[in-house]
Amino acid sequence: MFHTFVVYVENKPGVLSRVVSLFRRRAFNIDSLTVGRTEKDDVSRMTIVTEADPDQARRIVANIYKLVNVLLVDDITGQPALLRDLALIKVGATQETRSQVLDLAAVFKARVLDIASESITVELTGGEEKVDRFLELLSPYGLLEVVRTGIVAMRRGAKSPLVALKAELGPAPAEESDSVSHSV
Amino acid sequence: MGSGSTALTGARILWECLEREGVKTVFGYPGGAILPAYDALQHSSIRHILVRHEQGASHMADGYARATGSVGVAVATSGPGATNLVTGIATAMMDSSPILCITGQVGSKLLGSDAFQETDITGVTLPITKHNYLVTRAEEVAPAVREALYLAKSGRPGPVLIDITKDAQQGTCAFDFEAAAPKMRGYRPDLSPAKAAYDKALAMIAAAKKPVILAGHGIAISGAEREVQAFAERACIPIAMTLLGLGHISASHVLNMGMMGMHGEAWVNKAIQEADLLLAFGMRFDDRVTGNLKSYAPNAKKIHIDIDPAEVNKNVKIDLALMGDLRNILLELLPRVEPASRGEWIEQIHKLKGDTAVRDIQNLPDNGHLYAAHVINDLWRETRGSDAIVVTDVGQHQMWEAQYYKHDHPRSLITSGGLGTMGFALPAAIGAKVARPDAEVWVVVGDGGFQMTMAEMATIAQENLKVNIAIINNGYLGMVRQWQEFFYERNYEATPLLNPNFAMLAQAYGIKSHVVKHRSDVVPTVRAARAHEGPVLIDFQVEQEDTVYPMVAAGAALHEMIRRPNPIVETAEDE
Repeated sequence: MFHTFVVYVENKPGVLSRVVSLFRRRAFNIDSLTVGRTEKDDVSRMTIVTEADPDQARRIVANIYKLVNVLLVDDITGQPALLRDLALIKVGATQETRSQVLDLAAVFKARVLDIASESITVELTGGEEKVDRFLELLSPYGLLEVVRTGIVAMRRGAKSPLVALKAELGPAPAEESDSVSHSV
Repeated sequence: MGSGSTALTGARILWECLEREGVKTVFGYPGGAILPAYDALQHSSIRHILVRHEQGASHMADGYARATGSVGVAVATSGPGATNLVTGIATAMMDSSPILCITGQVGSKLLGSDAFQETDITGVTLPITKHNYLVTRAEEVAPAVREALYLAKSGRPGPVLIDITKDAQQGTCAFDFEAAAPKMRGYRPDLSPAKAAYDKALAMIAAAKKPVILAGHGIAISGAEREVQAFAERACIPIAMTLLGLGHISASHVLNMGMMGMHGEAWVNKAIQEADLLLAFGMRFDDRVTGNLKSYAPNAKKIHIDIDPAEVNKNVKIDLALMGDLRNILLELLPRVEPASRGEWIEQIHKLKGDTAVRDIQNLPDNGHLYAAHVINDLWRETRGSDAIVVTDVGQHQMWEAQYYKHDHPRSLITSGGLGTMGFALPAAIGAKVARPDAEVWVVVGDGGFQMTMAEMATIAQENLKVNIAIINNGYLGMVRQWQEFFYERNYEATPLLNPNFAMLAQAYGIKSHVVKHRSDVVPTVRAARAHEGPVLIDFQVEQEDTVYPMVAAGAALHEMIRRPNPIVETAEDE
């Protein structure tokens, strides 16, 4: 099954290549990977999605922890979490089909970024399945260009793992039931 | 220097930090990109040992580390100097040996330009180091060196590399040793198990009728030799050793069964297969000790005590893991483990021993042949009690050494286990001798492996090191030939060796030498070598097509061992 890991790393040169090299070296295939800055200047955050069984997932976590620049690893698979994928989609749209494409975009709450005489470019954010669905519906019109960021993820609730990091670093915080939170 | 800081070049800071961290000796080879560091060596009390090939430097650092537990240091220049270190780094990685490699690098402005002797050595060594650093400014030298030494030695030890650009060595900055103390937010080597895990372990041990301890390299790394022995004695649990475990529990201890695995004692493997509980102490269930995983110890529950959580459930499914320092964990368990006698199990093991310990060829009458086993066993008889260090290479002689040299002291066997690096023995022995100058050091090496790094005889001569070299010379790449014999229909492709005259070669380096062809000459020659003040090389010309028995074929179950045919198969000369 697919596992989603959130990895906090020190913001230093070469850290990405260390993490990626580990997956390559242990023959785990990365399905998607995103890296970006966080609320702290010296900490970067990765979201890595990979196919693994539960034992493999535990070993991935243990191996990532062995990297000196890694601060925290959180396997959020099956946990209450927000997962978002962003896609830029350039779809073929002639005068006859333009309104149909725009209708679909409206239903999916996709933002229209660019309209040209023979194409429309939209931006869609959502869960992976929503993006998959949207692409499927657009495909009859001709997908000219598609780019997806891959999943970024965050646990629900008020707690931030980085707060726990301050207290001289332990493994990922224990799973306690957080204050209630809802999708909005 | 006091509390304030002084301005120094990066090169000076490098040696200053190493010295203050307790490094006394480095093994190295100079070159363009590391020249500023070599120039600054004049201000340091650190001893530099000039090697003949950088691979020798990393193996020497490794031998130094294994003989003492302290970090061994190797130095090389950029490009080819750095890449020549690689085999030694990978060797140290596989066997959790703490070494620090320092390489020069082209100037930071030239990085990535394919400059003369530029290699991306941090990229190359990424998967075979515990961590590595590319240092491009003098300011980064001190923190990198201090972190690297701490990393190499703590937790599960391993190699660390620091690549320092030429301008970082030449540049000047304020040096403050204290301010450069390691600050690593993400590195947590100090694990300890939960209380419940101890309780569960004790219950499992109390319930076990046929337990076996699997004793590995981690015992020495953790310094848990006494605790493991006390634990085994109190709970009356027999001990099986991995190759890198040998010596950490005395071979003569009544509960020590000996080596397990591919060329281990057949009865030790049988005991493991029949056990109902395996206690893995600082070992990692390598494929050379488990045989076929599907049939490995099928009735045994497994408790794994190790410092590296990534080893749990990697090869063998574990019932209980206690992650942390072995010695600390045993200190918790020791007062609480129930004393037991386990008479039936011990008796059964002794029976297994009686059944299967027939491979011993020591009692064979002297039939004119010189067997490697005889050489090793005689060497053991002559040196036992002297706390000698034996450094072996890789292949048949390595297995014979493990079988016929009974190691009674921790760190008395140094060998490349995980990576199986031919050419390891001679340079590693140099490192061991430099680390422990009062110890008697023997190199036991095949004629193949010796030729991979024999240039280091020059290092022995130049440093006037009393190292004894025993070449087990059978004119073949023996272990490869053995596999060809068993699994490739005796097609001895590329395994016969045309060797130089090793005795003359040694003389050319100013090293005294002997040739031994008969069993009766083994003991007198070993005695002469020990009595000689300087280094000695002995060319033991042994039976050419002898085979290491018993053997678990790759992929076979651990108890399905190929046994020595009885009587011993004589070879061509007799037929």
